[in-house]
Amino acid sequence: MEFERPTTLLETRTHYCPGCGHGIVHRLVAEVIDELGIRERTIGTAPVGCAVLLYDYFNCDIIECAHGRPPAVATGLKRVLPDRIVFTYQGDGDLAAIGTSETIHTANRGENITAIFVNNAVYGMTGGQMAPTTLLGQSTTTSPDGRGLNHEGPPLKVCELLASLDGVTYLERVAVSTAKDTIKARKAIRKAFVNQIEGKGYSLVEVLSMCPTDWKLSPQQGVDFVNHQMKKVFPLGVYKDRS
Amino acid sequence: MKILLKGNEVMCEAAIQAGCRFFAGYPITPQNEVPEYMSHRMPAVGGAFVQAESEIAAINMLFGASAAGARCMTSSSSPGISLKQEGISYITAAELPCVIANMQRGGPGLGNIRASQADYWQAVKGGGHGDYRLIVLGPSTLPELYTLTMNAFDYADHYRNPVLILGDGILGQMAEPVELTPYAPVVDLPEKDFVLDGCAGRKPRVIKTLYLRPALELVHRNELLQAKYDKISSELSLFEEIETADAELIVAAYGITARIAKGAVRTARRNGLKVGMIRPITLWPFPEEPFMRAARTAEKFLVVEMSNGQFIEDVKLATACRRPVEFLGKGGGWYPTPEAIFEKISTMCEKSLAD
Repeated sequence: MEFERPTTLLETRTHYCPGCGHGIVHRLVAEVIDELGIRERTIGTAPVGCAVLLYDYFNCDIIECAHGRPPAVATGLKRVLPDRIVFTYQGDGDLAAIGTSETIHTANRGENITAIFVNNAVYGMTGGQMAPTTLLGQSTTTSPDGRGLNHEGPPLKVCELLASLDGVTYLERVAVSTAKDTIKARKAIRKAFVNQIEGKGYSLVEVLSMCPTDWKLSPQQGVDFVNHQMKKVFPLGVYKDRS
Repeated sequence: MKILLKGNEVMCEAAIQAGCRFFAGYPITPQNEVPEYMSHRMPAVGGAFVQAESEIAAINMLFGASAAGARCMTSSSSPGISLKQEGISYITAAELPCVIANMQRGGPGLGNIRASQADYWQAVKGGGHGDYRLIVLGPSTLPELYTLTMNAFDYADHYRNPVLILGDGILGQMAEPVELTPYAPVVDLPEKDFVLDGCAGRKPRVIKTLYLRPALELVHRNELLQAKYDKISSELSLFEEIETADAELIVAAYGITARIAKGAVRTARRNGLKVGMIRPITLWPFPEEPFMRAARTAEKFLVVEMSNGQFIEDVKLATACRRPVEFLGKGGGWYPTPEAIFEKISTMCEKSLAD
């Protein structure tokens, strides 16, 4: 079997750090788009954060949005072009801090879009500040003594939060820190796109991902952090499935 | 046939006639009739209406709708327009067309719900971050609001730039008979070669506003935007002049204030005072030519506006401060009466005689 580049991925040199999970998630999304044959009718929305350069990697139409606003931009795109496939690709700061309002309301309206949420528990592009999903006790450049329960509050759990909304169709939390997890992540992403193709409404896949650079860890230690720390706080699994 | 409509409804119907097929907004007084009207009218013509969770979301929905190729619109009033500034900066940077209406109310802060013109600076000088320009239109009557709203979509598409309709609470709330004339474009409408609708049969397109490399790419990008703004400035200048040829005193006002001032100017003429008026219709680009011309012959100017003095700065710039410019205005929901304006005109004319 040949291991080839998906048509939806452009041939380019990565700007992501060694051990970063974005490259894996990019590939999974691209593979699914290829497999479903939707590249020529897909529009992606790029976030602010490490994935802002989404258009350097994806061989489909892309719009780069203001920080946290991809769900609103996707709403505008999808309402005007209901037969096109619209996905957002967002990090934790984008989706769960500055864009929390847009995320919740877009989900609750049941907008027929697909949200890919990459949770790496840290602000990557700005250099390692505390994210809404930073773990308790996790040290960052803005929580140098570790995130505290009484000061910063506990990490925001997006799948659990959105699961309470009746307008949401599908929520699953996956990871890309092991081969087995990555295969499951691909299945979840596929389902989130199929739901949209079938007009079933809002789907979000949360992907626990590695940021060894800003965690100040080696790539292997980054994988261990997801497997041994993040998964405890953010349990993997299906949080909602009305599809 | 003329029909009686409120200003907010007139604006909506003009948008529908001009082919606007996406509206997103959030309730705020005094423009609530806009989302209310759009919520039933937009689906009736096959368009989409979304009551957004915030003005921030609404303007970002326009970012997407415009990128998808639709004629689209949002409206709000002063505090809500402040929230939209982030999106306005991005849309302007991405050169996407859209129409935004501000039915101004008293400020700063939550202010009040009386009409105001205190968002002039925000509208014509910026408001969001970065060097950008909006085309700003200041309608004075409901028939003009109808026409200018339709034109706004044309200017937006022609120049690939957001157009702001700078109205106020009176204009939005008052009712007036309006002839709902059919839409006809007033400028060339270029093919929308930027639309993101899937890359079938073409290369993928990108809409972005981030320019990191090479280092001077954003400088170049700014130069292109400035060249466009220069082009708009040289091509678009709308204004109304009333009896300026022999006028010794020129009243300058825009929007609803100009409508009130017009009565005072007529009264002054009936009383033998040589008074004229210049009413800018495009607030950006500011129509400098009639002011420069008037500054050669008129002795003095009077600016009337419903703010503490914002529009007056552009009048002073346009006249290069060659003549004295006096001011009648207050912020916070103060309205001028024709009598108060006439009194000010009379005082200024008497002073001229005494001088």
